[in-house]
Amino acid sequence: MSAGYVTGGRDRRRLTRHLRLGDRAYRRVLQGFGVFVLVIFVAVGATLFIQAWPAFKHSGPGFVTGTTWDPSHAIYGAVPFIAGTLFTSAIGLALAIPIGIGAAIFLAEYAPRRISGALGMLVELLAAVPSVVYGLWGFLVLGPIFQNTIEPRLSWLPFAHGAPLPVGLLLAGVILAVMVLPTIVAVTRDLANAVPATSREAVFGLGGTRWQMVRTAVLPAIRTGVVGAVVLGLGRALGETMAVTFVIGNTNAVPNSLIAPAQTMASLIANEFTEATEPFHASALLGIAVLLLVIAVIVNALARLLVWSVSREVRETV
Amino acid sequence: MSVVAASQVDRRTLIRQSARKSHRRRQIAGVVAAALCGLGLCIALVPLISIVALTVSKGIAAWSVDFFTRLPTPAGIPGGGIVNALVGSLIIDGLAAVMALPVGFIVALFLAEHEGRLANTVRFVVDVAAGLPAITIGLFAYAIVVLPEGHFSALSASVALAVLMLPIAIRAGETAIRTVPQDLWEAGIALGIRRARVARSLVIVSALPGLVTASLLAISRAIGEAAPLLFTAIGSQVFATSLGQPMASLSLVVYFDGIQPYPDLQRTAWGTALTLLVIVMLLNVSSRLLARRMRRFTR
Amino acid sequence: MTGTPLKTFFAPDSRSTVAAEAEARPAPAITVRGLGVRFGSKLALSGVDMDFPTGRITALIGPSGCGKTTLLRSLNRLHDTTPGARVLGSVHLGDLDVYAPEINPTEIRARIGMVFQRPNPFPTLSIYDNVVSGLRLNGIRKKAILNDAAESALQSAALWDSVSHKLKTSAMRLSGGEQQRLCIARALAVEPDVLLMDEPTSALDPIATSRIETLLRALVKQVTIIIVTHNMQQAARVSDYCAFLMVEEDRVGHLVEEGLTLQIFSKPADPRTEEYVTGRIG
Repeated sequence: MSAGYVTGGRDRRRLTRHLRLGDRAYRRVLQGFGVFVLVIFVAVGATLFIQAWPAFKHSGPGFVTGTTWDPSHAIYGAVPFIAGTLFTSAIGLALAIPIGIGAAIFLAEYAPRRISGALGMLVELLAAVPSVVYGLWGFLVLGPIFQNTIEPRLSWLPFAHGAPLPVGLLLAGVILAVMVLPTIVAVTRDLANAVPATSREAVFGLGGTRWQMVRTAVLPAIRTGVVGAVVLGLGRALGETMAVTFVIGNTNAVPNSLIAPAQTMASLIANEFTEATEPFHASALLGIAVLLLVIAVIVNALARLLVWSVSREVRETV
Repeated sequence: MSVVAASQVDRRTLIRQSARKSHRRRQIAGVVAAALCGLGLCIALVPLISIVALTVSKGIAAWSVDFFTRLPTPAGIPGGGIVNALVGSLIIDGLAAVMALPVGFIVALFLAEHEGRLANTVRFVVDVAAGLPAITIGLFAYAIVVLPEGHFSALSASVALAVLMLPIAIRAGETAIRTVPQDLWEAGIALGIRRARVARSLVIVSALPGLVTASLLAISRAIGEAAPLLFTAIGSQVFATSLGQPMASLSLVVYFDGIQPYPDLQRTAWGTALTLLVIVMLLNVSSRLLARRMRRFTR
Repeated sequence: MTGTPLKTFFAPDSRSTVAAEAEARPAPAITVRGLGVRFGSKLALSGVDMDFPTGRITALIGPSGCGKTTLLRSLNRLHDTTPGARVLGSVHLGDLDVYAPEINPTEIRARIGMVFQRPNPFPTLSIYDNVVSGLRLNGIRKKAILNDAAESALQSAALWDSVSHKLKTSAMRLSGGEQQRLCIARALAVEPDVLLMDEPTSALDPIATSRIETLLRALVKQVTIIIVTHNMQQAARVSDYCAFLMVEEDRVGHLVEEGLTLQIFSKPADPRTEEYVTGRIG
């Protein structure tokens, strides 16, 4: 990436010596804006934390370990929502990873180039569909299908007991899967297309089949990048609000079944914040937002570090 | 075969046999793998195509002249429209863009032009911020605008969307500025022009198509967001007359009407979803076309 | 190499004997007749008739775009992996019709190894795993066989002494020249009849290049080599036979002449060859 810098090292040093007053001021202004942006994002975290502090003080450690959420008695435990968030995201990724990688490999390695280009473009555009549209579709189209057709046929599964509903954990997970699929497919396909022809031909030249080529030359080369994309997708799934709020079922308890209604951290905030009049209720919801923010920051930082390490690797091998 | 050692001949025979014997197995594995990958593609396409197809068909059924020109009506009363949400979305997003894009592009210039710890920190923080849950940003805007003012407002929604757009504008803007050839900088500086002027007059101008692309991407991302508006703009059934009032937005209409059990409100939700989809697709396709033209231009 | 009678097996480094061999050209390892390649609607090579003698190094030379790499890649059916490429005419490996419908391209590619322009070891694999990757791809799992093959291939590629103590380290730790020799070892491990080399030293420095050239003279004792090179000195230094290809305004890539390297470089039959080897074109 350093190759793309507008000024190289030596030029810069020579230039800085000749920097005139105006130039120095210009530099200061740019730096000032950089700091300003840092301040904004630090302020996001700080503001939420300050607003959440009364609830943290009120509930103590019970805020993250408690399983009861009862605003009328001012009892605030986040476990049901942490569980709901983790379960829906886990279901979403468990479905999206194999399907998405398979689809991307098919587009990059097997499909004729024209079809691959058209479908790839379609998938990339789908990544831009607003999440509220995914939610509407999930609620009005997929929900009834789940209730009438899919969930009654799942009763043989462990942890899938309970009455079929047009809402619930599994449905929310499936919608999250559909939502992150375009991103995973697009990134994986781009990575696979970037694997150089010489690596592929190394396998062909040794007598390997096309699938052996994919396994030996393509998959290992794109592994880290795909993991990065998946972790980014995870970050998106964890914090997704609208698509989940439509179909989660709004039940403030730790889900005991795959098809039970539940609540995620984001959907809880969306559902309760405007009506939070009980003592500490609004503050507790901001506390949930702080937890969500911490998880999202960790996941995204991990993803970024992964993606950076990949781009460094790529630079080294070229 | 005088020069080829005996053990080598044995090994060669063995390899040939193994290659032939394993060939069938390898071929079957290949066909199975390709079939599974193809199946993955089919499974992925079914819901995605279903979403687009249903939004288009149900949305078009809801579209009419009234739909785009009239205010909403209560459930059960026909003839309502979304004109206030359409205008509301434009105002909220327009204001957010005005707040976020200039700042974003200046920071992009900073990142493209400067190395060092501050630049790296900013880049990392911005990357992480791009993945922050939209709802937490909505709460932030609530805390810094709605709480002190004591009422929900379009302005607070614009603040939320501006914070949301900022990371996208910065990173896409940085990419756009970096594609400006280095010669341009050096030519400007060699002429003795001050860096600030070089940046303003040469670089920004030649990065302009890229910056427009970045703007379109950021706006398209923001216009579909509903979560940050839940506690800021909060939605409205009427035309807002000032930025200090609650305001309707397309994404909020999709949510608030979509979760109602009334078919006519659900119809409105589909129609609004299609409107949103068309806007987002137009923004995306035009930014893509622009980016492609730009690439051809620089090549 | 199915018991082909080789009348003379000369010491490869004593190139003077090659001149005397003019009448006793070894039986062909690969025979090419009427070979052409088209990419989509564009013809890149046409009408090549040529024999590649067993146990010798044949160099393909010619200016850029003359189709020498295209010719090389059609010998092991590598064009099959690029969409839109079509090979016309025939290629025989010994008696085997390489492009017969019942033949698997993978089997052909295991019997005709290939080394590419840039060293392309598998970046995520160790040195050892790189060398045995071809064997594993062809279904060999037995540790003992893999170990034997790895040692012998690395010996043949003159790499064993420098890497035998670090077989488990990443192949990317090696220098460019070592990486290219690793790729040669990887190709040799599959025990091919013929080794195709596509400008194998173009990405290497002069010292690494000269080591590879020395290696080729040693390798030709066990495998027939066909090498594409841009560098005429290299062709003159390492090859026994030489083929000159050309592309002209009114004609796509084609074979101008082929024969003993000494003859091509000292008294070529065609004036165009003379112009090229004396450096006036290309």
